[in-house]
Amino acid sequence: MELIVEMNNIRKSFPGVVACDDITFKVRKGEIHALLGENGAGKSTLMNILFGLYQQDQGDILLRGKKVNIANPNVANNLGIGMVHQHFKLVHNFTVTENIILGIEPIRALMVDTRSASARIEDLSERYGLNVDPEAKIEDVSVGMQQRVEILKMLYRDAEILIFDEPTAVLTPQEVQDLIKIMHNLIEEGKTIILITHKLREIMAVADRCTVIRWGKVVGTVNVSDTSEEKLAEMMVGRKVLFDLNKIEAHPAEEILKIENLSVRNSNGMLGLKNFSLGVRCGEIVGLAGVDGNGQTELVETIIGLRKPENGRIFLKGQDISSLSTRKRIETGMAHIPEDRHKHGLILDYTVQENLILKNYYFEPFSRNGLIDWDYVYAHAEKVINDFDVRSGQGVEASARSLSGGNQQKAIVGREIDGNPNLLVAVQPTRGLDVGAIEYIHQRLLEQRDQGKAVFMISLELDEILDLSDRIAVIYNGELVGVVNASETNENEIGLMMAGGKRGAVA
Amino acid sequence: MSVFAVILGLIAGAILMIATGNNPLDGFYFLFRGGLMNIERVGNTLATATPLIFAGLSVAFAFKTGLFNIGGAGQMLIGGLCATAIGLTFDWPKPILLAVIIIAALIGGALWASLPGLLKAKFNVHEVVSTIMMNWIAYWIIFYIVPQYFKGPFLETESQRIPAAASLKVPWLTSLFSGSFINLGFFLAIIVVVISAFILERTTLGYELKAVGYNRDAAGAAGINVNRNVILSMAIAGALAGLGGATFYVGFASNMQIGVLPAQGFDGIAVALLGANSPWGVFAAAIFFGILHTGKGFMNAMTAIPPEIADTIIATIIYFAATSVLIERNWDKLLKFNRDNLLRRKKKESLEVEAGGDQ
Repeated sequence: MELIVEMNNIRKSFPGVVACDDITFKVRKGEIHALLGENGAGKSTLMNILFGLYQQDQGDILLRGKKVNIANPNVANNLGIGMVHQHFKLVHNFTVTENIILGIEPIRALMVDTRSASARIEDLSERYGLNVDPEAKIEDVSVGMQQRVEILKMLYRDAEILIFDEPTAVLTPQEVQDLIKIMHNLIEEGKTIILITHKLREIMAVADRCTVIRWGKVVGTVNVSDTSEEKLAEMMVGRKVLFDLNKIEAHPAEEILKIENLSVRNSNGMLGLKNFSLGVRCGEIVGLAGVDGNGQTELVETIIGLRKPENGRIFLKGQDISSLSTRKRIETGMAHIPEDRHKHGLILDYTVQENLILKNYYFEPFSRNGLIDWDYVYAHAEKVINDFDVRSGQGVEASARSLSGGNQQKAIVGREIDGNPNLLVAVQPTRGLDVGAIEYIHQRLLEQRDQGKAVFMISLELDEILDLSDRIAVIYNGELVGVVNASETNENEIGLMMAGGKRGAVA
Repeated sequence: MSVFAVILGLIAGAILMIATGNNPLDGFYFLFRGGLMNIERVGNTLATATPLIFAGLSVAFAFKTGLFNIGGAGQMLIGGLCATAIGLTFDWPKPILLAVIIIAALIGGALWASLPGLLKAKFNVHEVVSTIMMNWIAYWIIFYIVPQYFKGPFLETESQRIPAAASLKVPWLTSLFSGSFINLGFFLAIIVVVISAFILERTTLGYELKAVGYNRDAAGAAGINVNRNVILSMAIAGALAGLGGATFYVGFASNMQIGVLPAQGFDGIAVALLGANSPWGVFAAAIFFGILHTGKGFMNAMTAIPPEIADTIIATIIYFAATSVLIERNWDKLLKFNRDNLLRRKKKESLEVEAGGDQ
C-alpha cells in the first residue's frame, strides 16, 4: 500500500534528554496507525515534529513520497496535516463556526462570510457523522462535542493526515465509542489517522497497525490483528506485565469519612460542588468516577482543608472537621496523595529526606524543641525509600526534582502511608506513571484496604476505578449521580452515569 | 558561580580602566590596598560592611521564604530611629542602654516589616509594592519626628549627636584598630550570621520558611500555615534590617539626617544576590563590597582612575551574579557541545578508518 508519511531516522534532543533517537516511522494511506508508548517515551515529540511545532535535529520527512521541510504548523496545514491536541484550542465565547474559520475567515464585501462557512461546516458534519451545530457557542457544548469541533477544524482545512493526541483522555466511555465510529467514517472517506495513546484497549479496537516507542527508540511496528494487549504492553514496558491484581474480598467496617450535603464554590465563584453526600468505611476502597472538571478538585480541596465549604459538613471519625486547619485534619488521621505531585505533593528543591518529613517534621522524634534531628530524619528516609522502592541516584540526599515521575510518586505514597493514616485520599494516584509503578501503587492501595484502612480514590481512569474500588461513586456537574457496588456494575453503566444519567434510567 | 561573577566583574573593571587610559594592575592594587593596607583601613572596611551584612541578611532571609524585601531602607530607618530615640532619651549605664537600643531597633524593624507581610497574607498585596511604599512612609516619618523631637543644635535637618554611652563605638575597639570607626555592630553582625544560618539549617522554623518559599502550595497541602510563615518571614527580615539601622545610625554614624533613604538598604539586595542567599555568603559578599567602597577613594587619590570605576565594578558583578543561572546553563551547553563534536569527530574518523580498510 502507498506510504503517505515517512519519517526517517528522526533525532531530537532537548537539554539533558534525547526525546527521539533515530526513529523511523511510516504510515500508509488510509490506515489508522497507533503510536504507543509510556509518558515521556517521545511519541508527542515525534508528532510535534510532524506538525511543525519542533524541528528535528537529524533525519527527514517525506509526505506522499516528496521530501518536505515543515517549519511551522501553517506549513503542516498547507501540506494537509491536522492535529487534535490533548487540550483543545478553542475560543470559548465564539460559536463553532467562528472557531473553525479562525485564521482563514472567508471575506465577502469586507465582512466575514459566516453564512457560507456555516453551510460548509453543516455539510462536513453530516458527511462524517459528526452531529455538530455550527451556531452553538463552545462554552455551551460538551467536551465530546468540542473534540468534534476540533476534528471539523481539520476537515475544513482539507487535512488528509489527522493526528489525534490522546483523544479519549477527556471522554466518557460512550463518547469514546462515538469517536471510534467517527474515526472509521474518516477512513472510509480516504483520510489517514495517526493516534497517539497509551491505552491498549483502544488500539485493539480501532487501529490497523501500531508502532511502539520506548525511551525515544522504536521497539517495533506490528499489525494489530496479529497481536494482543499483553504483547503490546510487553513491547511498551520492556517486560511482562501483570494485569490481574490479587484482590481479596473487602471487609468494610465502620464509617470513617462522612460528607454531608457539601456545597463548594469553585475559583469562578460558581457552585462547583452541589449538595454532595458520601460515606467511606474502613476496610474499603471507594472510587469516585467522573469526567475531569465535574467538581472533583473542589471536593478534594475541601476535604483536605484548602477550600472552605459554602454549606454542609465533613466528619472524620465522627468528628466535625469542616472548619479545622489542614494540619489538624492530618493529625486526625487523614493522608492525601495529591493529583498534581509537583504542585501539591513535593517540594522539588528539597531533598528526598526533607520531603519525607513534610508532614511530621514538627514533632518528636523528628525534631525536639524546634531543632530538627537530621540523623533521625536520614534514618527514617532510608527506611521509607527501602520500604516503598523509591529509586534515586544519590539516595535520600538527592533533590526531589532529580527523581523520575514514578519514583516521585512512590516517595509521596511512602510518606503518606508511613504516617499510618486511617483515611487515604488518593487523587489520580497513578497519573502519568509507567505500568510498573502503576502496578506497585495499586498493590499498596489494596494493602491499605486489607489492613482495615479506608481509601477514597478519585480518578479519571475508569479502568483504575473498576479494578480497585469496592464501591463506585459517580460525580457529574458537581452532583453525586449515584453509588454502585463495583461487583454489580460495568463500564457501560458507569459511563452513562458519568454523562449524568441516573442509575435506573439505564435499562 | 558567585566567584565567577566577581571575576567577570573585575575583568569588566579592568577593561574600563584600560579604556580610560590607565593601568588596571595599578588600579586594582590601589583599590584593594585602600581597603586593606593597614589596621585602620581594615577596621573601616569592616565598619562599612556591617550594615551591608544586616541588609543582605534581611533580603536573603525573606527570599528564602519566596519574598522580595525591597523595604530594607525603610526598616533600617525605623530601627535607627528607635535606637536614636532611646539613646537620646535615657541616661542609663552603657551596657544596659546598648542592650535596650538593640532590642528596640530589632522590634521596630520587625513590626515595620510585618505590616507588608500581613498585607501579603491577608489581601495578597505584593510585597515589592508595599515595602517600597513603606520605605517612603518611613522616610517622611523621620522627616517629621527628627526635627520635631530630636532637633540638633545647629541644623534643622539632622538629629542631635547621641551621647557616647549610646554609641556602639567603644574606645578599646577604636584604639585597637588605630582610630577606625569600626564598632560593636560588626560583632553583632557575626553573631546574627551564625544565628541565621542555624535557624535556616537546623530548626523546624527554618524548614517551614524554606518549604513555603520553595513551594507554597505543597507546604499548604502538607498542613504548614503559609500565611503565618509569610508574616513571620517578613518580621524576621525587618528585625535584621532594623538591627542594621542601629549599627548604621548609632555605630557607623552618630546622628540621623532627614531626607535620606540609606543606600545600604538597597545594596543589601546585591549583597544577598552575590552571597547566593546563604548567611555566610552574605557575610563574604558584604566584606567584599566593604573593601571596594573603602578602597575606591584611595585608588582615586593614587591614580587618575575615577572612583566611579569601583561602583561600576560592583554594578557589573551584580549583573553577572543575577545572570549566573544563565551562565551556568550555557556553560553546560558549551561543555556538551564540545563533547558531542569530539564524539562525532571520533566516529567519523573510525568510519574513515573502516572505509580505508575495505579498499
